Amino acid sequence: MKLPVLLTTLSLAAAPLWAANNAETLIQTLASVGREGDGNEQASAAWKAAVALGPNALGAVLSQTGTGNPVADNWLRLAGNTIVDHALKSGKPLPFGELESFVKKTANNEAARMLAFDLLQQSDSVRAETLQRTLVNDPVQPLRRGAVAHLITAAAALQGDAAKKAYLGALEVVRDEDQTKTVSDALNKLGSPVQLQQHFGFLAKWHVIGPFDNTDRSGFEKVYPPEKEIDLTKSYDGKEKQVQWQPFESKDDYGKLDFNKPLTALKQSTAYAHTTFESATEREAELRLGCKNAWKVWLNGKLLFARDEYHRGQRMDQYKLKCHLRKGRNEILVKCCQNEQTESWTVEWEFQLRVCDSGGTAILPAKLDPNASR
Amino acid sequence: MRSRFFINSAAPSSLLSLVLTISSLPLMHAFSPGLRASDWPHFRGPASSGASMDASIPKDPKVAWSASLPGRGLSSPIVIGEKVFVTASAGPDQQQLQVLCFNAKTGESLWKRQLQATGRTMTYAKTSVAANTPCSDGKHVFALWSSNDLAAFDLDGNLAWLRGLTADYSNASNSLGMASSPVVVGKTVVVVIENDSESYSLGIDAATGKNLWKLERPKAANWSSPVPLPVKNGAPPAVLLQSKNGLLAVNAATGEKLWEHEAAASTMSSSIALSDIVYAPVSGITALSTSNSAEAPQTLWNSRQINPSTISPLLLDEKLFSVNGAGILTMAETKSGDVKWKLRLTGPFSGSPVGAGARIAIINEKALLQIVDSTAPEGALIGQIQLPLNESTKELTLCTPALAGNRIFVRTDSTLWCLSE
Repeated sequence: MKLPVLLTTLSLAAAPLWAANNAETLIQTLASVGREGDGNEQASAAWKAAVALGPNALGAVLSQTGTGNPVADNWLRLAGNTIVDHALKSGKPLPFGELESFVKKTANNEAARMLAFDLLQQSDSVRAETLQRTLVNDPVQPLRRGAVAHLITAAAALQGDAAKKAYLGALEVVRDEDQTKTVSDALNKLGSPVQLQQHFGFLAKWHVIGPFDNTDRSGFEKVYPPEKEIDLTKSYDGKEKQVQWQPFESKDDYGKLDFNKPLTALKQSTAYAHTTFESATEREAELRLGCKNAWKVWLNGKLLFARDEYHRGQRMDQYKLKCHLRKGRNEILVKCCQNEQTESWTVEWEFQLRVCDSGGTAILPAKLDPNASR
Repeated sequence: MRSRFFINSAAPSSLLSLVLTISSLPLMHAFSPGLRASDWPHFRGPASSGASMDASIPKDPKVAWSASLPGRGLSSPIVIGEKVFVTASAGPDQQQLQVLCFNAKTGESLWKRQLQATGRTMTYAKTSVAANTPCSDGKHVFALWSSNDLAAFDLDGNLAWLRGLTADYSNASNSLGMASSPVVVGKTVVVVIENDSESYSLGIDAATGKNLWKLERPKAANWSSPVPLPVKNGAPPAVLLQSKNGLLAVNAATGEKLWEHEAAASTMSSSIALSDIVYAPVSGITALSTSNSAEAPQTLWNSRQINPSTISPLLLDEKLFSVNGAGILTMAETKSGDVKWKLRLTGPFSGSPVGAGARIAIINEKALLQIVDSTAPEGALIGQIQLPLNESTKELTLCTPALAGNRIFVRTDSTLWCLSE
């Protein structure tokens, strides 16, 4: 990117501090590191040279952040972090205004905006705090979080209808699980229960089939019929008898689909769950999964990820699977394996799955999405 | 139990003769030349035995200084020269990974670096993403977190290289958290990334951050740490890996397997390798002789009376010490494994004991640091200090102390403490 373009991208006025000389070349070297340390030697030399440029290099750091991989972003982040650290210690001026402008511009790369905010916080925490309060609708989840925290604090200081109104306002923008629970609990006490399942966008209506065999954990790799075809009218040879698809709806606030309920508490078994998702548009999205059993997830027949870990823990949004939704009907298939362990903490045979954007905002199916008909 | 010795079939018999000849030469650890005896360069000190030959432990420790930490963690501090380094993690999902450097004498903050986790940060609530103790070759600090991010800085905070080991190997993680601490052996940073799924150990070039070797390992969660094996003059630096399947000695530069001892080793407590004996957490403690480099190790003794549980043992002045989770400190003879005394301390413990001279220091989860005279006939508690904890955050102390000079360094979730006489 040439300097004039860079300045335009950053929405900057002419700023000597921001003017890069050879910063861009050095920073591109950092952004180019690959897998398994590829490019480390070149990046190590470039990092020192870029840091030596001081605040002049920050513009290039931000413009390159998000163009490579997450490890490359850390090379850039640490360059920015160190430049600010050195500037603070030596009394060099820092481009507070430019950093603030960069954060405000939501068209900028998410990772770069987060870095700009962190650098502002490192260099002027008061200014960062003031800016943070304005980010209540920010598409980047970690940036929004701070603003939501202020809303929750403010709501907690109110009583009655004023509190309810404030919490309902917070509910509109809250995305993180812990903050949502705080808001939901408060609204429940104020007589205004929250539909958490819909708020988060958990998929609750599924068809399930099983059990198939998972003796010695062999079922994880074994390809059973639902991986070859989805025909909800068919039955197949299961672990001990014929099995067929059956509808199952999760009533859990957090959308947990517990296979122990439709299939009974089994061990060394594999099951599948299938659902469809109507997307109003073709778009990028994330399937976010929580599961403590071995699992595989397919979207429209394409395997998104597979993981063979059992009973080490589960939480909401444990795995964020980037995906591309078709406009209209999308088919989601989840394989969930239960192993042989018999301890009390190995009973769970379940998962929770939601569709959302990269900021954690639920993408509701077209039929439920109030924006879908517009 | 079964031991196996690996040797290249093409190796000339003269090589075997050479190995046998030098086996009687003095043993030493493959320390980096940049390290001094006064340094505490990695988990459990210079020889990964819990002991320092250089430091002294104050009988009645007092707070020399303390420094608030911007993130939580249970990793131990390390000390290189007059700098102390500690890692931390912050943010709602502990995505912010921090390396912090302090002046060891004054507690002055010298530098802080922060990166973003590229791997998974989910852990069991009691542990944290900053669980792995960093390590050093005397010129660099190599910091590893539960997210499998590995960062190398020089001692002044300049970035040398980075790796994202879950970014490289996408199924390498443990939803309870990873905790194995890396170690520098020769010119190799040895990293254990062993878990139920994509399980491996790596030898990474300390200079470039690139893989020297990658070993597939048992698919099972493993929180134990690799330890450097003493090497005989002329022999290559070696490292000991352990898993539920046993012990594996590996050439640290090449990843070549040297010998294997098949037995169910602990996946939490780590081994000690000093002189030509390995004390391994196998069925209690098992002592193995590695005196003959040309053969697989031979079992010397086993004692189930020494049960290190999740805590790693301490070897001090030819005595073996072990603390169980309930707080019983056990002393055993290294030659026989015979237990000589047991002393009840105030637990519960997660951190391991460390020692220097005749004294042992260990801190319990409630931040009560206890000093034991290991030479008293039945062991004796001779000093203690209660460090304050933040009750509102249910703060705990899970770390293993570090020793340097006449100072003890410990960290609670919120604070780095320096204690001296």
